[in-house]
Amino acid sequence: MSKAHILKAIQAAKPVPCPLPVVPVFEAETPPTREIFGSVAAQSGSRVVRAEDFVGLATAVRTIYPKDISIATPLRAIQSDIDLQQASPADLNGVDVAVIPAQLGVAENGAVWVTEADCVHRVLPFIAQHLVLVLPEDRIVRNMHEAYAQIKIDDTGFGVFIAGPSKTADIEQSLVIGAQGARSLTIILI
Amino acid sequence: MKEHATKAAAFIQDEARTNWHDESLWFVRSKRDKAAHGIPEWEQLRELASQIKDHTLSHLDEYLEAFEAKAKENGVTVHWAADAAEHNRIVHSILQEHNARRIVKSKSMLTEECGLNEYLEEQDMEVIDTDLGERIIQLKEEPPSHIVMPAIHLKKEEVGELFHQKLQTKKGATDPQYLTEAARQHLRQSFLQADAAITGVNFAIAETGGVVVCTNEGNADMGTHLAPLQIHCMGIEKILPKAEHLGVFTRLLARSATGQPSTIFTSHHHKAKEGGAMHIVIVDNGRTTQLGRPDFRNSLKCIRCGACMNTCPIYRRSGGHSYDSTVPGPIGSILTPGIDLKKYSGLPFASTLCGSCSDVCPVKIDIHEQLYKWRQIIAEEGHLPTAKKQSMVMAGKVLSRPGWYKMAGKSARWVTRWLPRPLIYNPLNTWGKARELPEAPKESFQEWYRKNRSAS
Amino acid sequence: MKIALFIPCYIDQFYPQVGIATLELLEKLGCTVHFPEGQTCCGQPMANTGCERDAIPTYEHYVKTFSGYDYVVTPSGSCAYHVRKHYDIIEQTGAVQHLRKRTLDLSEFLLDVLKVEHLDACFPAKVGLHQSCHGLRGLRLGPGSERNLNAPSALHTLLSMVEGVEIAELERADECCGFGGTFAINEPDISAKMGKDRIADHARAGVEVITAGDMSCLMHLEGLLRRQGSPIQVKHIAEILNTKA
Repeated sequence: MSKAHILKAIQAAKPVPCPLPVVPVFEAETPPTREIFGSVAAQSGSRVVRAEDFVGLATAVRTIYPKDISIATPLRAIQSDIDLQQASPADLNGVDVAVIPAQLGVAENGAVWVTEADCVHRVLPFIAQHLVLVLPEDRIVRNMHEAYAQIKIDDTGFGVFIAGPSKTADIEQSLVIGAQGARSLTIILI
Repeated sequence: MKEHATKAAAFIQDEARTNWHDESLWFVRSKRDKAAHGIPEWEQLRELASQIKDHTLSHLDEYLEAFEAKAKENGVTVHWAADAAEHNRIVHSILQEHNARRIVKSKSMLTEECGLNEYLEEQDMEVIDTDLGERIIQLKEEPPSHIVMPAIHLKKEEVGELFHQKLQTKKGATDPQYLTEAARQHLRQSFLQADAAITGVNFAIAETGGVVVCTNEGNADMGTHLAPLQIHCMGIEKILPKAEHLGVFTRLLARSATGQPSTIFTSHHHKAKEGGAMHIVIVDNGRTTQLGRPDFRNSLKCIRCGACMNTCPIYRRSGGHSYDSTVPGPIGSILTPGIDLKKYSGLPFASTLCGSCSDVCPVKIDIHEQLYKWRQIIAEEGHLPTAKKQSMVMAGKVLSRPGWYKMAGKSARWVTRWLPRPLIYNPLNTWGKARELPEAPKESFQEWYRKNRSAS
Repeated sequence: MKIALFIPCYIDQFYPQVGIATLELLEKLGCTVHFPEGQTCCGQPMANTGCERDAIPTYEHYVKTFSGYDYVVTPSGSCAYHVRKHYDIIEQTGAVQHLRKRTLDLSEFLLDVLKVEHLDACFPAKVGLHQSCHGLRGLRLGPGSERNLNAPSALHTLLSMVEGVEIAELERADECCGFGGTFAINEPDISAKMGKDRIADHARAGVEVITAGDMSCLMHLEGLLRRQGSPIQVKHIAEILNTKA
């Protein structure tokens, strides 16, 4: 059995026990504000807007994206053009905009935590042409240490930090937005 | 032994292209500096990461077992592979059990190391690499030249021509935006039709039994969430004890790799999707041997960010293919001699020991010190060319005997002063190929000192 | 304070003026400097080629030659680093341990031991500072561009004390010159290319003189400069610090 073989080899090879360091709390001098989150997210190509500037979430989505597009969302506040409970993952290939509630935002890198429970289908935030994440403004933390302290990564079968639209720089280091996943990311703060 | 030097010399023939390659990578290094210098606690994070890895390696068996137990609880099937061949067989058998034939893969240096693609193709399976850079080199039938930017050695004109032939893009089109869009359309079909998705693993968490996969394109997610079967292949060293440690490593990884504050997608997989299946293959393939080498076990801390390649002045000017190993550059030069000392005996010498690699390394691997140590082993085991070894034995004798040293110095100076130029600058004088020898002074410092200060 | 001067082999043979400048500078600063007879080399050429076993007699010769001093000062960060870092394979006698602490690069000795704060030196030129790797990343004579630390480098601090020196801003502050000991012979093409690229950076910055704490880097760069017929000069930092005001 390779398992036993590998474990035995490790036991014979491993160094004397080293202590596990305690990760300290890194207190940034600035509080985790919406402004910092917004400017860092913008640098990664995300657009951050406030719902109240659009008189509500539904208006915001409809204003940012033209009316004749298909929307998929589990949110009740917005009309979904596709029944997520009925659809198969591959059915979502035609979706133009996915609107998904998010749990947490991270100021230092503009990342937003989204779980399977929020998406219904894991593939939804990736397969849609455009992605809208809806984030409560008071759920922005300073850095990744705080983020991992607040979430439970195995709460659901799948969770992801999304820090911008899908991108690549694999051809001569030229940045191209819209590689395999969503071509744009809008974060709406509520 | 001279392999790297020969390939490097060939690469450098095209000086304009060498400059382009050097500058592309220096640009990434500069972005990394900017990102790292924006984090006041950067050096502290590196130290923490290094210590967390030290701790984990010293309890690796326990963490792997804990990881497996937890993953099983989550309904994930865990496999163990002693080497590349077993890894490939396991992956193949999982695919067979699920009647899977069309496979989409996201970037994984481990499967590259194991030669999985070739193996599966021989079994009549279709494997599509879905990271854009990987797809480019797969279509071009070349190995990656960099672990993060696999096609960094190619120009957009070459990608354009390749896509024209393989993906029917317009002849002469070179716009990266256009070419990326063509790949997107082509790969989307592969994602939708795939029977299985295979990914590498950036981090595996013992506490929760889950794996973390980082990409910018979202290709790993498109694969795993659409195909009914997902397989994650990981080396035994990918383990971290707890979820909280991801805070340290995610802050370091993308900043070190590309200068981004975060990879765009940091995906945490714990259970199969509804109706799907999830497998994890844990691979040794020489890692436990490396763990047993006190001077070199540090190399197992590597998180595959590629920063050491971007900063390496030799890598930037010789290209990844000059190393002829799955992982090129400084980290490759300390990993590969542990796998095949004779074959890779030249790589630890493909360095000036400048130490920049160790200082950019987010987990503080003492890369240049390991290069120095590999050199000692290579010489001890008799893999140095005879002439070189003999000249070192001779140098050792001369430099430990003041009388011999004085005489050798005098004659060296005499030779460079008085011998005719063609005799000195002959083909055997590699120093003189591009450089003048120093102008030899009449007297050495020691001779000057004796004349001027001997009274004191 | 008993101070010994260690003049590495290639400086002794090819750049005696660097040894002279180092000696005169130390004397100017009030030090009594001994130059132990029969000194040769730190053993680095063999060790970096993988033959540190063949270097052991040279290590032992170094220890014998330099025992009994409070400090050994050398105008080479690379040799000082080698003694301190790699003399771990010989028996760690009291003398060896002492030398592994007290073999200092000239700049360290000036700043950390003598606590030099000003110099009566004048060198009116635009100077490009080449940060030799072993001094920079081995001895930590500066923070290095890779690390997130804010401190001036030792060589920068010393050069700033010289009247007339204008330190050039380089695009790549501390990239390796490509010398690397036997690397220069094993990989002559890459080595020369790295040197050419460094020179181009200095030339773009309008540098008249390239200086460094290690003559070996400068020997390599000088060889390329002379082949190119470039007017740029090289000078060891000791030569600049030893100029007269």
